[in-house]
Amino acid sequence: MLKSAQIIEETGDDGAVVRLSGSVAVACLGDLPDRLDRIAGPVAAIDLTDIDHVDTIGAWTIYRTARRLGCAITGASDDARRLIDEVGKFEEPVPIRPESATPIRRVVGQIGEATITAGATMIGLIGFFGATLVASWQLVRNPRRLRWNAIIQRFEVVGVSALGIIGLMSFLIGIVIAQQGSVQLKQFGMEVLTINLVGRLTFRELGVLMTAIMVAGRSGSAFAAQLGTMKLTEEIDAMRTIGVSPMEALVLPRTIAVVLMMPLLGFYASIISIIGGGFLCAVLLEIPPVTFIQRLREVVPITDLWVGLIKAPVFGLIIAIAGCFQGMQVKANAEEVGARTTAAVVQAIFLVIVLDAFFAVFFTWIGWN
Amino acid sequence: MVEEQRSAEERRIEEAIAHDDIAISVRGVRNAFGQQVVHDGLDLDVRRGEILGVVGGSGTGKSVLMRSIIGLQTPEAGEITVFGEPMIGRLDDEALAIRKRWGVLFQGGALFSTLTVAENIEVPIREYYPNIGATLRDEIAAYKIRMTGLPAEAGPKFPSELSGGMKKRAGLARALALDPDLLFLDEPTAGLDPIGAAAFDEQTRKLQQTLGLTVFLITHDLDTLYSICDRVAVLADRKVIAVGTIEELLATDHPWIQEYFNGPRGRAATAAANKATDGRR
Repeated sequence: MLKSAQIIEETGDDGAVVRLSGSVAVACLGDLPDRLDRIAGPVAAIDLTDIDHVDTIGAWTIYRTARRLGCAITGASDDARRLIDEVGKFEEPVPIRPESATPIRRVVGQIGEATITAGATMIGLIGFFGATLVASWQLVRNPRRLRWNAIIQRFEVVGVSALGIIGLMSFLIGIVIAQQGSVQLKQFGMEVLTINLVGRLTFRELGVLMTAIMVAGRSGSAFAAQLGTMKLTEEIDAMRTIGVSPMEALVLPRTIAVVLMMPLLGFYASIISIIGGGFLCAVLLEIPPVTFIQRLREVVPITDLWVGLIKAPVFGLIIAIAGCFQGMQVKANAEEVGARTTAAVVQAIFLVIVLDAFFAVFFTWIGWN
Repeated sequence: MVEEQRSAEERRIEEAIAHDDIAISVRGVRNAFGQQVVHDGLDLDVRRGEILGVVGGSGTGKSVLMRSIIGLQTPEAGEITVFGEPMIGRLDDEALAIRKRWGVLFQGGALFSTLTVAENIEVPIREYYPNIGATLRDEIAAYKIRMTGLPAEAGPKFPSELSGGMKKRAGLARALALDPDLLFLDEPTAGLDPIGAAAFDEQTRKLQQTLGLTVFLITHDLDTLYSICDRVAVLADRKVIAVGTIEELLATDHPWIQEYFNGPRGRAATAAANKATDGRR
């Protein structure tokens, strides 16, 4: 039976001897390393005569103790001797973790790297946008190369499949706006203005903006992941060697699909939001739907609809370009696909909101308020 | 009390490891995925201290067999014992004492991508033997790295910074972290260049001899079979159709075996192996 390792210290003719017995293997090691570390010396030899089993971890434990005490190892069996010699060959230290810089240097370095990455991404994104335009121009000159099948397939994935979730989201948003608005407006006795709030806000801003965020999450991320995976499996390289332009076959169908789908989805979302708002008005404020619709026609100018519909394709373009660009940036490994997908969504939503702010200022400036 | 029971069980297993002649015994195993039956009535014995090569055409379930033995896949029927301990239907922590005694090298290395190579090797030590101090643990990782033929610079690198061959070596180092008695290698030389593959074979042989390992080695590489395997098991027709040394296998007349060893690649490997033996004489 294998017993845990034991230590006996005794003094012989040639000085102190540490006798080990039992099994010096990782499974029976216990606190042996600590006890060996506590031996202060001077020790003439470590005796292994009574050891019945040893593995490399045990051999290393013995070896490092002998090295620290500067003593000999005696009585080792052939097995033990072989293992100790083997591990002894590799005593030079090996770094475990990469060297880390001082915290200040690290923070400064991270800021610098983040800045460079952000700049490079911006330039890359603009470059990719340019490449998309060039590819579109070539397609305009050769319209027969347009891949209608791919585009229509994307229509379904980007548009039709999204109807359910976008509808539900919009309906709830309509209810929330109407409910929160009515609570505030009640203080002035102007609950009826809830209709203005719901109508103008959804057509001008929220309908399209929330749709853009949803499409970025659904389709922008999917584009990045799809293209990224195709990049990893060298599908895109294979395409290039066969003479198919990935821009034309992959990026443009997706971009066109999203650009065309966004206004439709945005309009749909606005209408559903209004229905949500109208539903709440009917239930909570006792405004009948007919009155709601009539009032809506009076207070919401047609320019509000144009504002939403003009913004929608631009947002779509941003989402598609960000998704495809990040997907095409995947190089080395599978982890990058995840990171790039996240980056695509974050970038798309960020740029959509920034641009939305510009649009808001612009439309007010041209008098569409 | 629990501690005592566990150590009694561990001792019993160590006893078995030291004395049993059969390391792994597979009896009547059946594995199926839906309609597709991969194994049916498969029997196999792995002897202690040998390198057993497992070969078979694509889709004959070499990896599935390995996954069944190490408990990643539960067979529909049959019995698998490792050092006399039944492995099927046991919870993870019940068979823990056996689990500690094997190391597995997966095809792609399967290194944890967020940890450095050295930290990867420390994971099993940290998990099973938390009482081993940090310094000793680092030292153990250090000699394991060097033992598997990796340079010292590989220690602080992340898996994504390593070449395919280095990933395999790092995976091997992690598999060897706890000084296992049983080593599972899944196509260790796949994707390596011939020089790298030969070096890896050499390393496996050397480690097997130094550490007294039993090795279960899945391979497609004929050179590996000739140079380091003591016996070869051939998987075909949902069973192990033959086990033995290459000479013994050549004496059988199963068409797949003949095709495999006497095909153009098989002959080249035979020639190379004969040349190597002549050279040694």
